[in-house]
Amino acid sequence: MSRKVLTTPYIVWGAAFIILPLFMVLYYGCTGSDGSFTLSNITAMADSVHYKAFWNSVWIALASTLICLVISYPLAYILSKGKHRGSGIVIMLFILPMWINFLLRVLALQVILSKTGILNAILGFFGLPLQKLMYTKGAVLVGMVYDYIPFMILPIYNALCKIDKDVIEAAHDLGASARVTFQKIIIPLSLPGVISGIIMVFIPSISEFVVADILGGSKVLLFGNVIDQEFNVANNWNLGSGLSIVLMIFIFISMAIMNRHASEEGDNMLW
Amino acid sequence: MVKAKSFIEKFYVAFIGFLLYAPLLVLFVCSFNDSKSRTVWGGFTLHWYTDLFQNEEVLSAVRTSLLLTTLAALIATLIGTLACIGMTAMKLRFQKVMEGLSNIPLLNADIVTGVAIMLLFVHFMSLGFTSMLIAHVTLGLPYIILNVMPRFQQLDKNVYEAAQDLGASAVYAFVKVVLPEIIPGILSGFFFAFTVSMDDFVVTYFTKGAGINTISTMLYQQLRRGINPQMYALSTLLFLTILILLGLINHMSATKQKKADREENR
Repeated sequence: MSRKVLTTPYIVWGAAFIILPLFMVLYYGCTGSDGSFTLSNITAMADSVHYKAFWNSVWIALASTLICLVISYPLAYILSKGKHRGSGIVIMLFILPMWINFLLRVLALQVILSKTGILNAILGFFGLPLQKLMYTKGAVLVGMVYDYIPFMILPIYNALCKIDKDVIEAAHDLGASARVTFQKIIIPLSLPGVISGIIMVFIPSISEFVVADILGGSKVLLFGNVIDQEFNVANNWNLGSGLSIVLMIFIFISMAIMNRHASEEGDNMLW
Repeated sequence: MVKAKSFIEKFYVAFIGFLLYAPLLVLFVCSFNDSKSRTVWGGFTLHWYTDLFQNEEVLSAVRTSLLLTTLAALIATLIGTLACIGMTAMKLRFQKVMEGLSNIPLLNADIVTGVAIMLLFVHFMSLGFTSMLIAHVTLGLPYIILNVMPRFQQLDKNVYEAAQDLGASAVYAFVKVVLPEIIPGILSGFFFAFTVSMDDFVVTYFTKGAGINTISTMLYQQLRRGINPQMYALSTLLFLTILILLGLINHMSATKQKKADREENR
């Protein structure tokens, strides 16, 4: 008996619960409510509600990815040079919020940003006018950055820690200034970590709908909200599936673009 | 100059740390506040905690989450580990295809994964605990493969063959020689699968049956309903649980390391 037999449960599972469900989406997405073939669920992207929501999502996902990157890179760089390098205790502090239930983190932001929340209380204390912080695009952006930033910090930190110190010293010995070393050695060698970080923040935030739902209220409609509503409110599963297909295609294209820039990484994907 | 730079660096790290923890601290403080307001201190109280333990909605969500997450992580670990053993007998190219299979949900948007599994179940069966369990196993599988497969790749095949040459049966050699090397990977895979499924909201939200809630979906309903300070108490308790668990894991691996060092020195 070959050992290969042991993969059977895995293959069956993958076929039944990974591949088949995707075909279900494809089937529903390409049929009308009467079961006949149609592409109207996909061409429905041209409706202004849909493409506006889509571009809202892309814009917010890009912005939150960029903000995460700008905050995380210097942080990971400082931490990676620190005395505790590699010991994992300090970096652990920055990753820990990742293990706290996603919705509790959203709740925490709700408490801070809401009209009767902490920030407005502080503003009031100094006699400043109250601000409308909740139910804005800004609130959604803050929520996404807060929720996803550990996914940016960790891969960059890992990539920076992996850089051989001898390479940096060699650059110094050969006369490179700190700045040149940073530009020519450290940034290129940490790029795989940066790319994993970008993927791990961008992909979840492009399809995000919970943060928008709770911190954005009905004011901010993202693509994820539209899909959610088609399934759970309007009960139009065909349209919901059609829009899901569009989202999937978009994600695979953006991954292909990003992976082209990260040729030989792979092991520092995720954690 | 150097001093100023080092100060700025320390300040930056501390500032980001503050931003990350301030919201959690706020929840912690609010959970002891004897006032529904979030900004007025009404005195110290534990009654949000006592209320929480009498809230059947919360308790049943916690029970469902624990059962679902444990079962899902166990099933995923079993299927994933068996698959890894089988995959080592395959050609490298085929191995990559196999690994890619379980990576699909990892790379795809959660909302699409959730919707896809929901459509399958609504079409052929119905939504309920089973559909949630299957969805969660699917979410956990890639983490088992990602953690266990590298262990097999690091394994020295000669040791296994040597054991067989010395008269061990294939199964005996596997249990005595291979398994001890693989176990750390299996454990960390299980741990990741467990935390991922504990934290999952989106996929659960689409695949859950009516009337069943995990902690995540229960919280979502609560958040949409408005302020309930019991949730602050819940968040404090969950945070403490995570801290204790991580502390334990750290402690365990530290003592294990010490033991290993001692044996090496002997």
